Amino acid sequence: MNKKTVEIRFAGYGGQGIIRSGIIVGRAGAIYDDKFTTMNQAFGPEARGGACSSQLLVSDDKILYPYVAKSDILICMAQEAYEKFEPELKNDGLLLYDLDLVNLKNKRGKVKLYSIPSTRFAEELGQKIIANVVMMGFFTAITEVISVDAMKKSIPESVPSRFVELNLNAFDKGYNYGKNLVK
Amino acid sequence: MAFGIEAEKEVIMKANKKDVLTGSYYIDGDVAAAYGAIAAGCKFVGGYPITPSTEAFEAFVHRAPYVGGITIQMEDELGSIASILGAVWSGKKAMTITSGPGFSLMMENIGLGAMLETPFVLLNVQRSGPSTGLPTQAGQADMMQSRWGANGDYEIIAISPDSPQEMFDYTIKAFNLSEKYRCPVMIMADECVGHMTEKVVVPEADKINIEPRRFYKGPKEKYLPFKPDKDLVPPMAKAGDGYKLHISGLTHDEKGYPTFSQTPDTKRLVDKIRLNADKIIELNEDEIDDADVVVVSYGITSRVAIRGIEQARAKGLKVGNLRLVTVWPFPEKRIAELSKKVKAFVVPEINYGQIVYEVERCAHGNANVVLVPHGGGFVHNPEDIFKAIKYAAQEKKKVEGIIEHKTELYRLIHEKNS
Repeated sequence: MNKKTVEIRFAGYGGQGIIRSGIIVGRAGAIYDDKFTTMNQAFGPEARGGACSSQLLVSDDKILYPYVAKSDILICMAQEAYEKFEPELKNDGLLLYDLDLVNLKNKRGKVKLYSIPSTRFAEELGQKIIANVVMMGFFTAITEVISVDAMKKSIPESVPSRFVELNLNAFDKGYNYGKNLVK
Repeated sequence: MAFGIEAEKEVIMKANKKDVLTGSYYIDGDVAAAYGAIAAGCKFVGGYPITPSTEAFEAFVHRAPYVGGITIQMEDELGSIASILGAVWSGKKAMTITSGPGFSLMMENIGLGAMLETPFVLLNVQRSGPSTGLPTQAGQADMMQSRWGANGDYEIIAISPDSPQEMFDYTIKAFNLSEKYRCPVMIMADECVGHMTEKVVVPEADKINIEPRRFYKGPKEKYLPFKPDKDLVPPMAKAGDGYKLHISGLTHDEKGYPTFSQTPDTKRLVDKIRLNADKIIELNEDEIDDADVVVVSYGITSRVAIRGIEQARAKGLKVGNLRLVTVWPFPEKRIAELSKKVKAFVVPEINYGQIVYEVERCAHGNANVVLVPHGGGFVHNPEDIFKAIKYAAQEKKKVEGIIEHKTELYRLIHEKNS
């Protein structure tokens, strides 16, 4: 997936850390992996909550068009998000989703599917809100778009110091689960 | 990367170390603009937070206490712009931040600022309008308003950044230009650039040039608040330092006293920008020399346009790219010069035609001018820009007036109505 722009969409509902995921992964790429990344969030004029998504472009060159046109990678943490953004995924795209929160409907041709019970894992670790970090670990393992090192440097910048260890554990949980799948 | 303008004085002032958070950040354009303002020495923001510029206001609020700065959330936009004029005359550098209808509300005192030759910066993170419009989505339809939105004759400087890094760099440039020419400088950003998060590199303080305020240095009794230097810009005094300082919105003479007819000082408000335009204007040009078609764009559109340009070049078309970093003053001479060499200009902008009028005027009928309009809410589909370039390259006739490219959106509207 080098030499071109990788278009990624994180999708879920408000409060799941969807935008935060975009920032953490984007920062890991831009600051620690020395790539170009652009992160955008789309939201309407209404109060936050409901379906939400963040768009992340990762490239070795300067990024011109700052939005996702057709996603290469779609990460879904909620059913509504899945239904809204699945059609945008490329025919040979990658779909990562939360096993317990998303029911797949139609399975398209060459789309590769990977699932993880990220929310359940997060609950087992003691904090439901770190499901997005489990998912980021899973994303890092499956896609290899961003390096593990960069991710581990980026995560602590977005969480209070007393929660850094918990978040890194969550990342490892997702990462190891992913690595086992693609071994 | 150019930080600020080249100082003509022997002593080049650098940014204050305390004001510059040197390092690499992953932040949005709004936040980057606030960091830039602080690096430029801005000590006061008076504003009335409005989407999509709110993040810039918030970022300034957070940083201000650490640099001896003050932020006031005013009662409305009228108060906001008035407060920064006051702050500037007390000797500080000041900025206001707004968008959409907030910008409209500021017009009257932008005129006062121009009349009093008050150096200040206004950040407008443009959203789609008119009126409340689409508060969370991009537009570029305040460009003409930024030039002459207030009553009377005056000129301003406007800069259009296309990335968070440029939001940082060009906010510094905006402060420097405002101090150098003592005029309002507007950063005409847009929601896309304001909310886009990218890497922003904040350099060391000694890499950032700062234009100091032009304080008057002669004997107190000889001070005339509107007596200009050779470059048509008068030096300033600050309130409370014991100078006879009479400043008012009435047409005035060099002393600042009201007059009953136009004076050279009001002509100077336009001439100090027009006659210094070559020094102020900044353009980025790419493959212009043998181009048949030149795309003229600014802000986020200048980034999106490159996709359309690359697509056209891949088909063998000779396309140049002229990106306006400063939109006002307009690069009249450059467009006129190019109009004699090229077949056509293609002007994509997120409005139904504003800067395209300037391009058409300056093309003097020598080249066709194609507008690629976009009503706001989102950026252009690069495909539309590509198609407009293709059309412009193939059109053999000279067409009078502006040619509106029929975008996908246009076709949807008109097919529906027919």
